Amino acid sequence: MDHLFNLLSSPWPWYVAGPVIGMMVPLLLFMGNRFFGASKNFEHFCAIALPEKVAQCSQRSGYNWRDYKWSLFFVAGIVLGGALAGWVFTNPEPIKLTAAAQALIQSYGIQQGTEYAPAALYSLSPRNIVLLLLSGVVIGFGTRYANGCTSGHCISGVAMMLPESIIAAIGIFGGGVIAAWLIVPLLF
Amino acid sequence: MKYLLYTLLGTVFGFALVKSEAASWYRAQEMFHFQNFHMFGIIGSALVVGIIGVWVMRRLSGRETLEGPPITVPTSDPRWKTHWKRYLLGGALFGLGWGVVGLCPGTIFALTGAGITAAVVVMIGAVAGTYLYAANSAKIPH
Repeated sequence: MDHLFNLLSSPWPWYVAGPVIGMMVPLLLFMGNRFFGASKNFEHFCAIALPEKVAQCSQRSGYNWRDYKWSLFFVAGIVLGGALAGWVFTNPEPIKLTAAAQALIQSYGIQQGTEYAPAALYSLSPRNIVLLLLSGVVIGFGTRYANGCTSGHCISGVAMMLPESIIAAIGIFGGGVIAAWLIVPLLF
Repeated sequence: MKYLLYTLLGTVFGFALVKSEAASWYRAQEMFHFQNFHMFGIIGSALVVGIIGVWVMRRLSGRETLEGPPITVPTSDPRWKTHWKRYLLGGALFGLGWGVVGLCPGTIFALTGAGITAAVVVMIGAVAGTYLYAANSAKIPH
């Protein structure tokens, strides 16, 4: 039992996590022709919170969040999985960054501990709340504009060789590189 | 029963996102600075397995899914040739947010479960962004 606990608690190498994530694509198709993705849930949350304004939450014609119950259960699972990983099978060690990445974050004045992100960014100071909200707005707007996120486009869509997903994946990585090189250094 | 299975799949996905550290801001910075293979390995191996899985599902198409209707693998939206702007610009906007806070929709939900309040704040912003998009989608290039 201890052995199993340690195995689940220690960080997963890419060649374990990647295939586990990739399996979601065929398994969800096999379950009920479901398209693996996460960002559409923002539409469902919006429609549930604002039942009178469903048309402002989704531009799809005939949209009804009740048709996506499977997705709400899937997202509840993601939250549960995150809770298990964060509270039960917690990794006690700081993330092992490469020397180059360590030098980068030291240049930002960050002292790395066991946290997921530096407190200078995730602590709820007024500046950070504004920054986190704005980033969220850009993530929500962008994923609905592009009709998908990392799961839906970079993994599902590209695995299905959909041209629109390949275009989106290029946009996503372009945006990420610009943010990491030009915006993040201004935040510290 | 089927909802239990969807919840179970989501749980495995969320667990993998946190255990692989894909939900970490540090890993996102490393990736976008091309300083470590780790994240590319996750996405790349997920893709390889996804491609094989989609190939198998195409071979099985027409057979019953667990829910009943026959398996059909989605195909490209033919409007992409004229609507490519939405994918490129929307993707880039999302990428900007990912690069700054180190979170994509999947990891927003996973870190919410891990009790990270910052992820909840990002999620509230993302729902607002969804509203802003759908309410203004007629006015922006697609």
